[in-house]
Amino acid sequence: MNLPLLSVSWMLPVAGAVLLIFVPNGDGRRNALVRWITLVVSIAVFAVTLAMWAVFNPGSAEFQLVERRLWIPAFGIDYYLGVDGISLLLVVLTGFLTPVAVLSSWIGIEKKLKEFCIFLLLLEAAMIGVFLSLDLFLFYVFWDAMLVPMYFLIGIWGYDQRIYAAIKFMLYTMAGSVLMLIAILGLAYLHNAATGSYSFDLLKLYTLDIAPRTQFWFFLAFAVAFAIKVPLFPFHTWLPDAHVQAPTAGSVILAGVLLKMGTYGFVRFAFPLFPLAAAYFAPWIAVLAVIGIIYGALVAMVQPDMKKLVAYSSVSHLGFVVLGICAMNVNGVQGAVYQMLAHGVSTGGLFLIVGMLSDRRHTRLISEFGGLKAVVPRLTAAFMIITLASIGLPGLNGFIGEFLIMLGAFRWDPRYVVGAGLGVILSAVYMLWMFQRVYYGTVTNGENATLPDLLPHEWSSVIPLCAIALVMGVFPTIFLKPMEPSVTRVVERLQNTQTLRVRNEMQNAKLKMQTIRASK
Amino acid sequence: MISPQLQAIVPMLSVTLAALACMTWEAFRDRSEAEQMPVGALGIVGLAGAGVSAAFLWNGNATSFGVISGDNFGLFVTLVLVVVGILTIMFSSQVIERDGIPSGEYYTLILFALAGMIMMATASDLLVIFIALEVLSLAVYVLTGIRRDDPRASEAAFKYFLLGAFSSAFFLYGIAFTFGLTGSTHLDRIGSYLAAQSLSDNPLILVALGLLLVGFAFKISAVPFHMWTPDAYEGAPAIVTGFMSTGVKAAAFAAFARVFLSSFEPFSADWAPIVWVIAAATMILGTVVGVAQTNLKRMLAYSSIAHGGYLLVGLVAANEVGKAAILFYLAAYAITNLAAFGVIALLGARDRANDELRDYAGLWYSHPGLSALMTVCLLSLGGLPPTAGFIGKWYIFSAAVSAGYYGLAIIGVLTSVISVFFYLRVVVMMYMQERGTEAPRIQVNAVSMTALTIAIAAIFYLGILPTQVLNLAAQSIATIF
Repeated sequence: MNLPLLSVSWMLPVAGAVLLIFVPNGDGRRNALVRWITLVVSIAVFAVTLAMWAVFNPGSAEFQLVERRLWIPAFGIDYYLGVDGISLLLVVLTGFLTPVAVLSSWIGIEKKLKEFCIFLLLLEAAMIGVFLSLDLFLFYVFWDAMLVPMYFLIGIWGYDQRIYAAIKFMLYTMAGSVLMLIAILGLAYLHNAATGSYSFDLLKLYTLDIAPRTQFWFFLAFAVAFAIKVPLFPFHTWLPDAHVQAPTAGSVILAGVLLKMGTYGFVRFAFPLFPLAAAYFAPWIAVLAVIGIIYGALVAMVQPDMKKLVAYSSVSHLGFVVLGICAMNVNGVQGAVYQMLAHGVSTGGLFLIVGMLSDRRHTRLISEFGGLKAVVPRLTAAFMIITLASIGLPGLNGFIGEFLIMLGAFRWDPRYVVGAGLGVILSAVYMLWMFQRVYYGTVTNGENATLPDLLPHEWSSVIPLCAIALVMGVFPTIFLKPMEPSVTRVVERLQNTQTLRVRNEMQNAKLKMQTIRASK
Repeated sequence: MISPQLQAIVPMLSVTLAALACMTWEAFRDRSEAEQMPVGALGIVGLAGAGVSAAFLWNGNATSFGVISGDNFGLFVTLVLVVVGILTIMFSSQVIERDGIPSGEYYTLILFALAGMIMMATASDLLVIFIALEVLSLAVYVLTGIRRDDPRASEAAFKYFLLGAFSSAFFLYGIAFTFGLTGSTHLDRIGSYLAAQSLSDNPLILVALGLLLVGFAFKISAVPFHMWTPDAYEGAPAIVTGFMSTGVKAAAFAAFARVFLSSFEPFSADWAPIVWVIAAATMILGTVVGVAQTNLKRMLAYSSIAHGGYLLVGLVAANEVGKAAILFYLAAYAITNLAAFGVIALLGARDRANDELRDYAGLWYSHPGLSALMTVCLLSLGGLPPTAGFIGKWYIFSAAVSAGYYGLAIIGVLTSVISVFFYLRVVVMMYMQERGTEAPRIQVNAVSMTALTIAIAAIFYLGILPTQVLNLAAQSIATIF
């Protein structure tokens, strides 16, 4: 197989976007053409990501399908892509959710449809690029390039407060990421100081021996960038605005994939690059994560707006992911990666269905609904499945990840699990309570009595989501197996440095004792 | 073949000849004809000649009369200036016709200014730098006020002239002190003399240094010598503003870098902290005040002040990377900023400049192409990938980091986030606001559209495949510093 799958996977959407530029703007038929082109391109990308999975060797922890070309040789910057068990599944998730997002805007988007689709495809390209990059410079390029299409998606096709939300999203994320840029430059400089040449190659930078003090600052710079993206409490305030104002497709992508870029950043960059600092900060980050779990859940509980509720639930769920990463053992990290995928599917699904309701009624207030079960039974069933998946019912996708994370966290420090467990209970409370208010009871609002049930294009996006949620819950090994070697490698790296540090400290203490004894 | 004595001045000569040709044409042309473009075409021919000759001189290290040196550094800036000149002329074709600006004078002044700029970039003698500075300044003063019926333009020209004259005096005074100390105005000789001196023996060096610094700081509008910039930039016709904010800055920076990184290099430990403060203040003031602007030209004026600050970061870092970064950044910034002003100029009308922020409301709906191009320019100015501005910023900051100036780099990246805020305001206006009143549709002629397309292609080229230009920039500094 000589096709450079990784390059194809991100260049294909770009090519699709370029193709769309040449479709003239116009009437309904042209719009249909635009829609179909976008759908076909995004499904093709999904197929490419699946092909990636097919040729991926699940037994290896190494980066596979590696592509490497010189890009800016003077600075050791390469066009360097590769995929391992962690990024593979996230790329597949991206490939899966983009067609869903396209379908979610099948009839909802009227205004400037062509541009909408262009931005959506560019966004997909940038996201895939982020997950595949093994060169920090390339990674940063994709990371920042991703902001622009998302900014336009929120700002042009969002709801009333869209401009505020779009600018807030952009500035918040940029403010975090520019400091990361400095740290990246610092790393390249350290590499130059150590070896005499600049390099942004992640694998080479892994081997750098960085002084603890430098690690401390660089880790902070990376961690803030990722914490904002996750978003970790207290950096989460951009998220409810962005989510609520974004169009449905934007929310699906934002919750499904974008937030994972933050947690992925922790696993791939911040923790393994600076293991000493990671060990130092992990308890603090874990505390923030637990606060986020509980705070997100409590705030979600009192939201009158369904979309906002789901947005805050993301804060809570991603707290779990971060907690799992901080545990720094195989269970925790594996659970975290699994939960990233699971959350992508279930929260993507929640936003999708809330979007369907909002398209039908042009409101998202829970109080406007009630008794929908009788009117739209199929939609209700879909929402039920996704809701249960989201709160972690065994047999559905949310359970596996949360369970593994708590297992990992328990091995590390049981105190965190207490808080996290509370979050699980709360998530059942707010989700089921919303479900009850929206779907049960009698139809109180006359406008709800005639709502149409799932339409064909909605079926086509809901069925795969529910199916995946079920498969992920029943056959988790399909997903756990390819990621296991890579996760183990990350964890080993973290633990090795930790044990090294402990050993060093003990040795230092011994030396000190000896000198004290000698002086006596 | 041209005698080696003259080789280094060929680019400048080519532009000067074109300017003279324009002047002659203006004197003898048939007034009844309304045709405009041929004059501009003369200019483009002259500039192309300058570009080609600069390319031939590459790696040649020619010198003329001992005061003009065609080293790669000067030639790189010359090429940037040639691009600036060609794009300016192409944008002007539509604009000056619409505004009724006399074309002969206009193009002549543009070309003389360019000749001065090229001279400034390649001069290796303080007095020649001064002459070049005056040649370009006088032309630009007049260009600023070329719309004589516009009181704002006259005000701008007058302010610019007064403060510019003031700064020239500083600069000249600095030259006098340097000459008094070292007995020479030639950069190499100053450098070799100063290398053996120390500040404690000769405190007057600091005076000379300070005066020269002030002179340059005026020209590149660094804080606190930036006061003239917003007024001059707002009052001048948009295309002239684009020309000044890129050409003048590039030329002044080239001379600045040359003087401070070669002759005064031995004292870099003394001037670097001062320039550090100026750079930080320039970046901060440029962006923070830029946020408060409602006039697009004024906003971009502050933004260009901030960009001067980023360039100064490269000067402070003063390592290999920093010097090359200045050159790359100049190229990236010049093309981007000029294209942005080109769009502003094209959107204006004769009776109304249309340069307030609110004039851009809903522009996307009426002019999707122009707004897309403008967006690319703004994103590049903001330093977002994959554009030229991103690579430029990355290069500058990597210079700062590798020289250990983490503080300056952090100020730089944070101010660039703030600057993104005001660039985005324009984007918000264009894309996310509905159009209040239906504005007349503007037809952009083929020449201007070509110029815009070239500029945008260059922005992406420098952003995605910067290697070639980065290498050129690295070569350029290898020869002189």
